[in-house]
Amino acid sequence: MPFYRAHVLVCNGTPCILKGSRAIQAALVEEIKKKGLENEIKVVETGCLGISEYGPVIVVYPEGTTYCGVTVNDVPDIVEEHLLKGRVLQRLVYNAKPAGITTAPASARQKEHRIVLKNVGTIDPTSIEEYIAVGGYEALGKALTEMRPVDVVETVKKSGLRGRGGAAFPTGLKWELTANECGDGKAIVCNADEGEPGNFKDRLILEGDPHSIIEAMIIGGYAVGANKGYVYIRGEYQQSVSHLELAIAQARELELLGENILGSGFSFDIDVFKGAGAYICGEETALLESLEGTRGESRMKPPYPPTSGLNGKPTVINNVETLANIPQIISNGPEWFVSIGTEKSAGTKIFSPCGDVLMPGVYEVPFGTTMREVIYEMAGGIKSGKDLKAVLIGGPSGVCVSKADLDRQFAFEDLPPGAGALIVMDDAKCMVDMMQNCAQFFLHESCGQCVPCREGTKRLHEMFTWWQAGAGSPGDIELAKELGEVMSVAAKCGLGQFAATAFRTSLPLFEEEYRAHVVDKVCPNGVCEMDNGHGSEVV
Amino acid sequence: MAKITLTINGLPVVAEEGMTILQAAQGAGIYIPTLCHHPDLRTEGVCRICVVDIKGQKLLQPACAFPVSDGMSVMTHSPRVRQARKMIIELLLANHPQDCLTCSKNQKCELQKLSKEYGIEDVPFRGERKVYDEDDSSASVIRDPEKCIMCKRCIRVCHEIQSVGTLSASGRGWDMTIGPALGKTMVEAVCVNCGQCINRCPTGALREKSSVQQVWAALHDPAKHVVVQTAPAVRAAIGEEFGMEPGHRVTGKMVTALRAMGFDKVFDTDFTADLTIMEEGYELIHRIKNSGVLPQLTSCSPGWIKFIEHFYPELLPHVSSCKSPQQMFGALAKTYYAEKAGIDPKDIVSVSIMPCAAKKYECDRPEMADSGYKDVDYVLTTREAAAMMKEAGIELPNLPDGQYDDPLGESTGAAVIFGNTGGVMEAAIRTAYAVLTGSELDNVNITAVRGMDGVRSAEIPVAGIALKAAVAHGLGNAREVLEGIKSGKFADYHFIEIMCCPGGCIGGGGQPIPTNEEIRKKRAQAIYEEDEAMTVRRSHENPSVQKLYKEFLGEPLSHKSHELLHTHYTARGMKPDPKPEEKPVKVKID
Repeated sequence: MPFYRAHVLVCNGTPCILKGSRAIQAALVEEIKKKGLENEIKVVETGCLGISEYGPVIVVYPEGTTYCGVTVNDVPDIVEEHLLKGRVLQRLVYNAKPAGITTAPASARQKEHRIVLKNVGTIDPTSIEEYIAVGGYEALGKALTEMRPVDVVETVKKSGLRGRGGAAFPTGLKWELTANECGDGKAIVCNADEGEPGNFKDRLILEGDPHSIIEAMIIGGYAVGANKGYVYIRGEYQQSVSHLELAIAQARELELLGENILGSGFSFDIDVFKGAGAYICGEETALLESLEGTRGESRMKPPYPPTSGLNGKPTVINNVETLANIPQIISNGPEWFVSIGTEKSAGTKIFSPCGDVLMPGVYEVPFGTTMREVIYEMAGGIKSGKDLKAVLIGGPSGVCVSKADLDRQFAFEDLPPGAGALIVMDDAKCMVDMMQNCAQFFLHESCGQCVPCREGTKRLHEMFTWWQAGAGSPGDIELAKELGEVMSVAAKCGLGQFAATAFRTSLPLFEEEYRAHVVDKVCPNGVCEMDNGHGSEVV
Repeated sequence: MAKITLTINGLPVVAEEGMTILQAAQGAGIYIPTLCHHPDLRTEGVCRICVVDIKGQKLLQPACAFPVSDGMSVMTHSPRVRQARKMIIELLLANHPQDCLTCSKNQKCELQKLSKEYGIEDVPFRGERKVYDEDDSSASVIRDPEKCIMCKRCIRVCHEIQSVGTLSASGRGWDMTIGPALGKTMVEAVCVNCGQCINRCPTGALREKSSVQQVWAALHDPAKHVVVQTAPAVRAAIGEEFGMEPGHRVTGKMVTALRAMGFDKVFDTDFTADLTIMEEGYELIHRIKNSGVLPQLTSCSPGWIKFIEHFYPELLPHVSSCKSPQQMFGALAKTYYAEKAGIDPKDIVSVSIMPCAAKKYECDRPEMADSGYKDVDYVLTTREAAAMMKEAGIELPNLPDGQYDDPLGESTGAAVIFGNTGGVMEAAIRTAYAVLTGSELDNVNITAVRGMDGVRSAEIPVAGIALKAAVAHGLGNAREVLEGIKSGKFADYHFIEIMCCPGGCIGGGGQPIPTNEEIRKKRAQAIYEEDEAMTVRRSHENPSVQKLYKEFLGEPLSHKSHELLHTHYTARGMKPDPKPEEKPVKVKID
């Protein structure tokens, strides 16, 4: 393996590509060649680095300098100054104040504790050698040669790892339930259908460290007795798909996938299945239907997938982030994992703050980190110096909280993190406008099979739209509240059960604002265009 | 199964492990409303009307799907259950035409019933209501998508029981519709017209294409001689439309009612059922003796015929060339009867009352005009016939018994059992035995072919031949048999009876709603009782049939029989009905 004194990682996430990262990459390669540095410096295409808003982004190692807003014209300077002379190009450094920002954020990365994102942005995700060089597949070797399946399950149980897709089900228990089922045809499925608006964490892992998922799935398959794995991946995540498929091919070549892995007698292989864009297919049983080739609609539960999943066989379904923890739990032991986070919430959680924050991005922090720390110390606080109004934790299906909750800790026992999206609204935003937007999403994404969701999402969307326009009726708020309650307990799956959560949780916090729209026909923040003759009034 | 104890509304209930809450509640006499649930179908759990409150559970759970467990405590009408159910009904009504007074399902609609049960006085949701065109393209099944509540019962019966798959869900969420794929109309899709979807529909979204007005017009036209035939299964079910318990046979009352309605002659399809046995039985014997294509498949069920034409056209040579009893009747009414009665066949209007939706399509087939006229003019389902009786002020249960008219009204016990799955087989065996051995069966009850198992088979020793017979009902089971024929599993079989609908005609798509296995069993029992009550129970002993051969047809499989009583089929493949200008490919069967 040739030795390079420096690596330049060029983000090839979709937003950065749209902003020209491919041209920058080509220019870098050419410029490095021109300076005769091609044997010293390697240009690496990487997955999303989580700060796409400031893209195109490149990172120079070993220093770990992140440059943002890079253009092709900047390339000669970067090569000349940084790569040749070793001088950091201050004007492009990510930590510097972007134009128009009045409050400088503290170093956004300082508070991070990277476990699942450990390799993201540090290794070449298209190279299995680089993954192995940083300890990749060691956990697999350990599991297959030193541990019995039951030991692997026990280790995961002891780690206290819980699902990171939002439902927070104990992973070890899920594995145990599946392992305890008899019969062949078991499967392990990686749910990579990341579709909730505001969530973009799984993409980073898939693009930046695909081998960690493959390794985790093999270990999981070994633990539960499954010889087949499927990655159900959001179709729009093209780079995730290509990186993952490449990684699978590499693992097959090194016989880390296939028959008799590492001489253990255990055989396992993985198929990648691209979703066609339906949000519902992220619901685990709808995902299974889709995998089986039928209409993406959730199933009756029970039976749960560990008993009857893909093709009626016992099936484990884990989120990408959940799986990415597995190799390190096996390598470092459950005690190590338990030592991170809080007493009841072990490990880390990735958050993706977005909306009205200064530095939207992806941040991995230990459980116990407060919302204030994530929003203000990592994501740089609220844009343009405005005040925080509300946060949707987990996305449109999540809970709405306000400023008063800033010092609560993200942990299952305090402020559950959902899938990790933090949709941040500043105090100039309108709650009704936000809810109408969320309702539009659910109206579009409801599969339509159950009455509370199909009809309920429609009526909620209608009501919010009327409120926006000053056409609400007395009693609407109570009706929407009651409808939300019914949906939350009577809908068939999570989509309908949580479609009104944001409204229901925001209502006690912002009831006056809702009443202003419905009763007084006024949007206090002047966001909604009232077409009732009042016009909008800014209070 | 282990017994467990749970409490429902505070009352201890003993149930079996593996039961659903709904089953346990029903067993204990506790009513839980349902809408998407149907006992014939796989549980879907989508309407959520049956939700119940289980102690310790945050979510309400659907009683139709949620399994019972020991010590479970269930409330079927807690405040949040009542709130949820009421709102679910309101949500459905908000997107429903609410034209109950003029709806085909008025007073028989499950949604209407629920609305009353939950005291819905006003629908709080204003806003959009989906508007769709009615699809009346089919000869049998009309779809009114505006009344559809997306319970998917029609989809499930079409896929699971019939394995036809005409209906499915398209679009998502609020835009979801149920119907043929790609927005096609029923006539553009491959549909066998069985009408099982109609029988499962809780609302007025699916109904048969009505011929009621045309029949009234004929009855009121003094220039027309209107004859009616009644299928075997109708007499075992039409009483249900008048509030009678399933399993009451009302043959004589029905005859009186039809006469009172104004039909000039009340005849019986049973007569031509006996005739079918003669023709089909002789055809079977002919095939056996002349190394013809075997096993021979029955041809009385028009939904089944269209199924094999679409899905297994390569197996059409197995199908008996006999017309169905309805169409044999039609051909004879406008020839033999017209001649005997001295009536110009052009003045005869031939009406049939059928348990069937596919019969409406069958009578419209272009080849069903061997009399020189349309052999059967109008088909009424059991439901339509009952509706007409009600309009005529007839209270069926209170009527005296009447007698069928001669000569097309005389029948045997072998004919009436055509209404049940296995009945054609049993009737055929009764006659085939006599023809082949020259002696009569001691016991005409061939119980081996009776019952409700999907596919049944029997071996009957007849004159040195071990006659191997099989019976299937419901097209999913028919498909299984046809696959078996293709794989050679039925290579040594002689005769296979196939009925399109579950239970045979007693479970037909034109029969009273609701239907379920319990009801079908009761109707079947009534049919067998009718058979037992008959003095003549073998088709070949029907004096009127014997007379028909003597006076008119000659002998079974005669030239005249072939002309009037036999037909040919169309190898359709997976194509909808051809447009008029396209000529269908004919399959010759000898």
